Amino acid sequence: MTDYQLLIQRYDPEHDNEPRLQRFTVPGDHTTSVLDALLYVQQKRDVTLGLRWSCRMAICGSCGVMVNGIPKLGCKTFLRDYHSDITIEPLAHFAVEKDLIVDMTQFLAHLSAIKPYLINDYSGTALHKQTPTQLAKYQQFSNCINCGLCYSACPQFGLNPEFLGPAAITLAQRYNLDSRDNGKAARMPQLNGKNGAWGCTFVGFCSDVCPKQLDPAAAVNQAKVESAKDFIISMFKP
Amino acid sequence: MQILQTDIIVVGGGGAGLRAAIAAAEAAPQLGITLLSKVYPMRSHTVAAEGGAAAVTLRSDSAAAHFHDTVSGGDWLADQPVVEFFVKQAYRELVQLEHWGCPWSRQQDGNVAVRRFGGMKTERTWFAADKTGFHILHTLFQTSLKYPAIKRLDEYFMLDLLRAGDQVVGVLALALNSGELVQIQAKSVILATGGAGRVFHYNTNGGIVTGDGMALAYRHGVALRDMEFMQYHPTGLPGSGILITEACRGEGAVLLNKHGKRYLQDYGLGPETPLGQPQNKQMELGPRDKLSQAFWHEQQAGRCGDYNGHAVVYLDLRHLSRAHLQQRLPFICELAKAYVDIDPAQEAIPIRPAVHYTMGGIATDINCQTSLPGLYAVGECASVGLHGANRLGSNSLTELLVFGRVAGEQAAHYASQCPPADSKALSVQSEMSQRWLNRRFGTNTTDSVAQLRHDMTLAMEQGCGIYRTGEGLAQCQQQLLGLQQRYQQLKVTDRSKVFNSELLQYLELGFGLDVALAICSAAMARTESRGAHQRLDSGMTARNDAGFLCHSQLYYKAHNLPHLSWQAVQISSLPPAQRSYSADNVSATNSVDSTPGTQP
Repeated sequence: MTDYQLLIQRYDPEHDNEPRLQRFTVPGDHTTSVLDALLYVQQKRDVTLGLRWSCRMAICGSCGVMVNGIPKLGCKTFLRDYHSDITIEPLAHFAVEKDLIVDMTQFLAHLSAIKPYLINDYSGTALHKQTPTQLAKYQQFSNCINCGLCYSACPQFGLNPEFLGPAAITLAQRYNLDSRDNGKAARMPQLNGKNGAWGCTFVGFCSDVCPKQLDPAAAVNQAKVESAKDFIISMFKP
Repeated sequence: MQILQTDIIVVGGGGAGLRAAIAAAEAAPQLGITLLSKVYPMRSHTVAAEGGAAAVTLRSDSAAAHFHDTVSGGDWLADQPVVEFFVKQAYRELVQLEHWGCPWSRQQDGNVAVRRFGGMKTERTWFAADKTGFHILHTLFQTSLKYPAIKRLDEYFMLDLLRAGDQVVGVLALALNSGELVQIQAKSVILATGGAGRVFHYNTNGGIVTGDGMALAYRHGVALRDMEFMQYHPTGLPGSGILITEACRGEGAVLLNKHGKRYLQDYGLGPETPLGQPQNKQMELGPRDKLSQAFWHEQQAGRCGDYNGHAVVYLDLRHLSRAHLQQRLPFICELAKAYVDIDPAQEAIPIRPAVHYTMGGIATDINCQTSLPGLYAVGECASVGLHGANRLGSNSLTELLVFGRVAGEQAAHYASQCPPADSKALSVQSEMSQRWLNRRFGTNTTDSVAQLRHDMTLAMEQGCGIYRTGEGLAQCQQQLLGLQQRYQQLKVTDRSKVFNSELLQYLELGFGLDVALAICSAAMARTESRGAHQRLDSGMTARNDAGFLCHSQLYYKAHNLPHLSWQAVQISSLPPAQRSYSADNVSATNSVDSTPGTQP
């Protein structure tokens, strides 16, 4: 066991005027994750520490935090990879509710806004056929765990919370690219708007931090192409 | 106190809860539906299911075959009319998910692909790579956004059920972001709160799987049924218990002991199948209870390896190509790399059994209805009678869909006819709960929620593990009673309102302790061995149909041991017979002596 130094951002809205960093010493070995360390603090040092978590295996998307300024999943980030103080803060660009817990309301509103479900006229009972090639077109984009790390990485979302953001645009592309879907026309107004794909300035940091290697930046770029085509087509329509 | 009114409350935003909410919205669009969950729906533990969902799909397969596998897999403790209904509805529900956009893995011709799974005699498990639960959950969540009738209360914790006489007429909930109590009045309530795996120490379950709904129904007089049957999944990562899916074995992975030898042929699952040629229901494709029990015997015989102080065996995928692993098991590759630093294409993964699934739960009939009018239960929190003494992998994701739909439709039908309840009585009940809650706060001298929870999970692991003895169970029961007394003295020290984790964990622990005592008490009463419940005591090591072909039903007694009664199993077409997973009669006969619980 090695002792690690954690600096955890604390904020209790009932007592604090502003956030502060609090130091904790946490024992860890080569398997100890940032989440394990935070739970150690909550169980052994300070029961008031607020954080979200559940699955411990990088699939439920609950435990996103900033680790030394980079958005990370706490459960998939390991103390072994840090050699000095480890600063843990709530996800950037979201309002902090308490300690490491942020307000996800806006994020969820953006996901809902792009109509993230199959839209088509099909009313039969048989399966749609979908070849592995057709599946591969959208499969990667269907793997988003809604952790929100890409929003913390996105400078545009930081400036303008109305910007749909990487995950929502990726989700729109996931459905637009699905061979079973005819809903692109219903989603394009959102993607075309000033808070849609064009809000992105292609920094690309979203793809760097994605814990599932989804490449949301590519999805956003594809959405821009779709949006441009949509615009050109609309010019020739009466 | 805020008062909300709706028609149907669904508690729990996992697969069962979302499917129920959608079914209710489709069945009765005029009704208001409130989906309440202690976490955002996409955090629910359905998300962690990996392998797949079962339904008869191939032409060569049949409902009768799926029925037979499920009933024998459950060691004849499943209610057969329920299984018959389930296997007939399964395919339709998986197709429904396909119509909602689930990215099922496909064959070259565009049809859905099916894979092998433990205890299933043919390929019938639909999958979305190795993230099937994740994709089902997100498909359902995203689809639920289409229905304006479904209003969500995310991060609300159910504190109690509201009652008007016998009838359940709502839920009292704690808004986690404000600490305020909210009274939600409804005509019917569906519990879809998941299992109770977290009352054990080593498990595959997320931190939220704490048995809340089970305990509340139980405290209100509904029976918990078949609680002695806890499933140990044979392949969890050492220490963390993180799930390594059975689909690995479906794809051909084999289990090796520390000598690099296959061992399942020694436990009635042989003969050994050649590498790369998995045979349905044999060897590594035997059912979970048998495989976890075989691990226990290997450990007793000193043939397990060591990983950071944990006894392990090894899951070997090295004979499968890297491309195949990346296509079929990408998440497993990711998990193995992150959590044990292993590339499965090059090295076998150390694994050991970990608690995975609660077969028992809130007793319901085939319509998901409990004994309280207006109260329904579905999914892992419920015992509808499908899994018997051992659940087959890939039956539970389908269960969420088949019975989620039933629960939603039934609750909608009931809500459409039910008169509104007397809200005055509800205010009295709510005020009492508020005062009860206010009295939880104070200071502790020595104990803490974390310490009590730790002691509970270790007691359960020691007393109610893969193999059980009368002595160990009695000791566990005493420990649990002692823990309940300590819990009565325990106070919540954090008085904050906003996201008070200590309060939440305190409430979850109270629920967990009730469920743990139910598990232990049912295990003591069942003095036979069946499925996932295995006794080492003399005279109890075999299945005893004359005495125990029945469900245990536990009724809550405050500050006391539960009252137990037995309920006959419904057997419609398949009389009890020997459960066999061996193609080799000689090996099967030999194994009877060495494997407790196998019928001679």
